[in-house]
Amino acid sequence: MHRVYIYERELTFMGFLTYLINGLSLGSVYALIALGYTMVYGIAKMLNFAHGDVIMIGAYLVFMCMSNSGMPAVVSIVISIVCCTALGMIIEKIAYKPLRKATNLAVLITAIGVSYFLQNMALMIFGSNPVSFTSVIKWEGISLAGGNLKITGNAIVTIVTCIVIMVVLMWFVKNTKPGQAMRAVSEDKDAAILMGINVNATISLTFAIGSGLAAVAGALLCSSYPSLTPYTGSMPGIKAFTAAVFGGIGSIPGALIGGLLLGVIEIFAKAYISSQLADAIVFTVLIIVLLVKPTGILGKQIKEKV
Amino acid sequence: MKKKALSLVLSAAMMTSLFVGCGNGSAGSSESVDTSGELTWRIGGIGPITGGAAQYGQGVMNAIQLAVDEVNEAGGINGYQISFNFQDDEADQQKSVNAYNTLKDWGMQILEGTVTSGAGQAVAAETYADRMFMLTPSASSPDVINGHDNVYQVCFSDPNQGAVSADYIADNKLATKVGVIYDSSDPYSSGVYQTFATEAKAKGLDIVASEAFTADSKTDFTTQLQKCKDAGADLLFLPFYYTEGSIVLTQANQMGYKPTMFGVDGFDGLLTVENFDAKLAEGVYLLTPFAADSQDEATKKFVSAYEEKFGGTPNQFAADAYDGIYILKEALEAANLTPEASNEEICDALIAGLQKVNYNGLTGEGMTWNEKGEVSKAPKAVVIKDGAYASVD
Repeated sequence: MHRVYIYERELTFMGFLTYLINGLSLGSVYALIALGYTMVYGIAKMLNFAHGDVIMIGAYLVFMCMSNSGMPAVVSIVISIVCCTALGMIIEKIAYKPLRKATNLAVLITAIGVSYFLQNMALMIFGSNPVSFTSVIKWEGISLAGGNLKITGNAIVTIVTCIVIMVVLMWFVKNTKPGQAMRAVSEDKDAAILMGINVNATISLTFAIGSGLAAVAGALLCSSYPSLTPYTGSMPGIKAFTAAVFGGIGSIPGALIGGLLLGVIEIFAKAYISSQLADAIVFTVLIIVLLVKPTGILGKQIKEKV
Repeated sequence: MKKKALSLVLSAAMMTSLFVGCGNGSAGSSESVDTSGELTWRIGGIGPITGGAAQYGQGVMNAIQLAVDEVNEAGGINGYQISFNFQDDEADQQKSVNAYNTLKDWGMQILEGTVTSGAGQAVAAETYADRMFMLTPSASSPDVINGHDNVYQVCFSDPNQGAVSADYIADNKLATKVGVIYDSSDPYSSGVYQTFATEAKAKGLDIVASEAFTADSKTDFTTQLQKCKDAGADLLFLPFYYTEGSIVLTQANQMGYKPTMFGVDGFDGLLTVENFDAKLAEGVYLLTPFAADSQDEATKKFVSAYEEKFGGTPNQFAADAYDGIYILKEALEAANLTPEASNEEICDALIAGLQKVNYNGLTGEGMTWNEKGEVSKAPKAVVIKDGAYASVD
């Protein structure tokens, strides 16, 4: 009797660990996507709602290179990163740059327009039938505690990739010239111009980095959740935007914390409360956090002079 | 000025992309006979030819076309040819009502659709108000026929599917501990789940976990699978469509969780998902009234005609749709109607007529209908073996 009890408790604990790892893995994808939102918001003060759809395009590019043309996974991802970087810069140049001086609302609506444009383009090119995405990670993962705890290769690679990218990005923003320019533009655009910083180039660079990361996020997202349609990017996009607000929009570590928390809360809500109410619970937590701390967990309160 | 020109170009590009979307939809539609001026039976069809349930819509469209061509060649119904027009709805309620309105403008007299249940509920309300007879090949939710005296089903209904699945699992002793994952935002999925749960209890099956997901979170099933695994379920009952089915099978495999998987008719199409590893589907049970490998004459004839004309093996939705045309033919001939009759006369005659029909088709022997519009026929289970359906006996 006693032994059975211990066994069951161990099993629950293993269940808890599995949920935690799944949550971190999902959260890492959210964090990577949230980076794109948060960087663009921090620097250009706009919400790039097309970001989720760049992820979808990135995933399709990986799929086409890997499954249709038989290229190795790494090559496919690199091609996808290059194409998405270009796509991000083109979108910025055509759709957002002419509106630099327009109201925020106009830019927001344009972003929604770009999002639909990308979705419809994908519908036209790839069709709306779902395709089954082959994971870019061939590694099966590790099995611990006599097979009771199985961590998939997807989860490990996703979490590690996310953390590495975050660290590199934080270092980049802090220690390099373009990074410093980014921070300067984010703090005060007009003063940055006076200091001789090329604001347009800086914003373009931000879009390039965000979109390149979107390609990585797309490949990782579809490796773990292997169904790809032209609408694949929209729901994760909304969740990641939530994560960015949750962590404090404009802050890179905020995107990481917001993304991871959102992923873990979502999985735990599914596992321990109700699989049906998971999304409602996630957004309730978001509302509570925002009530207590309106700028998000790591967001800064910026005082505006009147 | 330059800016203005650019924004014009952009908005034009957006508009084009929108219209191209529509164009794709109607490109899939087909019209069998050029009907300018000639009096014909105008039968319309609605279903997803694109989107997540496209396999069903395409199967239904092709099979109706096949049946219509056969009937026309043999002299039509009561001496009149059939013209057939199929519209895409991407399994979406709004798009389905739009498709219905398009078909009404075309002059449709009888609707053989819709293919999916959600869309079916929306369109059934319209046909009920318009007094248009509606025979759905595959929308299996009771909400499609409930309260609509003009709507009949060729497929067996959800309650039937859920109960028969539970009976099958219990009678064949496939498992004692059952886990269920279902889509709580979909009437089809939750409908099957409810009747399954009731019947399973009556049959002494132990449902150790029942986990839901919604349309907004239908890519991550790891948590639901883990909960079923922890609860010790050795069979998973999965009453939803094949797109999510392919993800569940992939994720369960990654977790190293290998229970018996049992799907219902929504799993039909699983083997045709692009790039899906068919090995993962080995040993999956699914419930269907039709197995393409059956050796009876009618099935063999249908399958070879379908393969020759459209390529690929027809699924049960195609078989349901094929039966649908012949069921309509039998009822229309019994009522001795001509296309000159108004839609309302046709509707009333078919409501009375279908309850008298006793039809032997691809999807069942001696199919009969009650006044609610439910069919009575026996579903059977197939198992996936070597990448194809095999009958289990």
